[in-house]
Amino acid sequence: MAFDVDDINDITIDVLKELGNIGSGNAATALATMISKKVDMDVPQVKILDFKDVPKILGGEEVPVIGIYFEMSGEIIGNIMFVLSLESGKNLTNILFNKENNSMELDEMDISALSEIGNILASSYINSLSALSGLKLTISVPSLATDMAGAILSVPAIQYGYIADHVLFIETQFQEGDKKVTGNLFMIPEIGSFKKLLKSLGVC
Amino acid sequence: MEVVKVGMADLKVIKAPGALTTLGLGSCVGIILYDKRTKIAGLAHIMLPSSKEIKNNSNKAKFADTGIELLLEKMISIGADRVFLVSKIAGGSQMFSFNSKSNILKIGERNIIATKEKLKELKIPIVSEDTGGNYGRTIELNAEDGSLLVKTIGHGIKNI
Repeated sequence: MAFDVDDINDITIDVLKELGNIGSGNAATALATMISKKVDMDVPQVKILDFKDVPKILGGEEVPVIGIYFEMSGEIIGNIMFVLSLESGKNLTNILFNKENNSMELDEMDISALSEIGNILASSYINSLSALSGLKLTISVPSLATDMAGAILSVPAIQYGYIADHVLFIETQFQEGDKKVTGNLFMIPEIGSFKKLLKSLGVC
Repeated sequence: MEVVKVGMADLKVIKAPGALTTLGLGSCVGIILYDKRTKIAGLAHIMLPSSKEIKNNSNKAKFADTGIELLLEKMISIGADRVFLVSKIAGGSQMFSFNSKSNILKIGERNIIATKEKLKELKIPIVSEDTGGNYGRTIELNAEDGSLLVKTIGHGIKNI
């Protein structure tokens, strides 16, 4: 039987939500430790969307966004992508460097910092996932790109395209003072790995 | 001028006046077919090379092979003449790069190859293309003259 994200049930969504919670919690803690400031976090949302609606989550297909992409290996093979709007990315680097820079350009320091934050976030999720499922998992070094939302999001959409007509992702919000950061995390296991993952989590 | 939007894994056909657009093409490929005589234009936004590779293939517009066939069918059904059809293609970039051999990242390139093969098989000539690279594209096809506008962030605008 072909597996489709459309068939996913409430229990699976709850497990993914919990995974998002733990992962984001760890990431927020790591971030707070790095900047020695309080970082607030909203309850992450698990979202399932039709392909054509995916770019809308970041304000439209042509809005410039930042994508940070990882290869996932170990007992599950797949990819992880962390996507955030340019504004969120800028807020994140401003939080990190404790500065007020309103320019929408990313310099080398910003890119390097964002890659590292992406790394922390992705690792936090992977660690939670690994702990919950008992599967051994590792991630590659990050690869970062800034471009139109449609183009960046086509990467996870295509990978989901192999297994479904919908895309599943976890939306996380952080806040430090008045600087808000909304990140969207796409976890895309390869076909064979998806079932293995759900099985290990006890929901399939 | 009315501009009709084509989403991911979707296709549309129109008759002039009007335009077809698809926004933020990444590794996907935008395929346009155009009949100069009847001014009938079609645009497909495909995501994957082949419907034969996977079981979940009910959405024909998702794949290069079935997408192009369906686009052709729709154009002929509203009066396009197959003999006069030409094609233009855009997209198929590689948004992220890694040192590894991962096949998935080469999906843009594979989409372009599959698209060209299918068009060749159907004997539809490709008159121009803007493919590859590592950046996104927005394309707009004017049904009046078949011109294709390609817009990017930081890589210029061109008419192909």
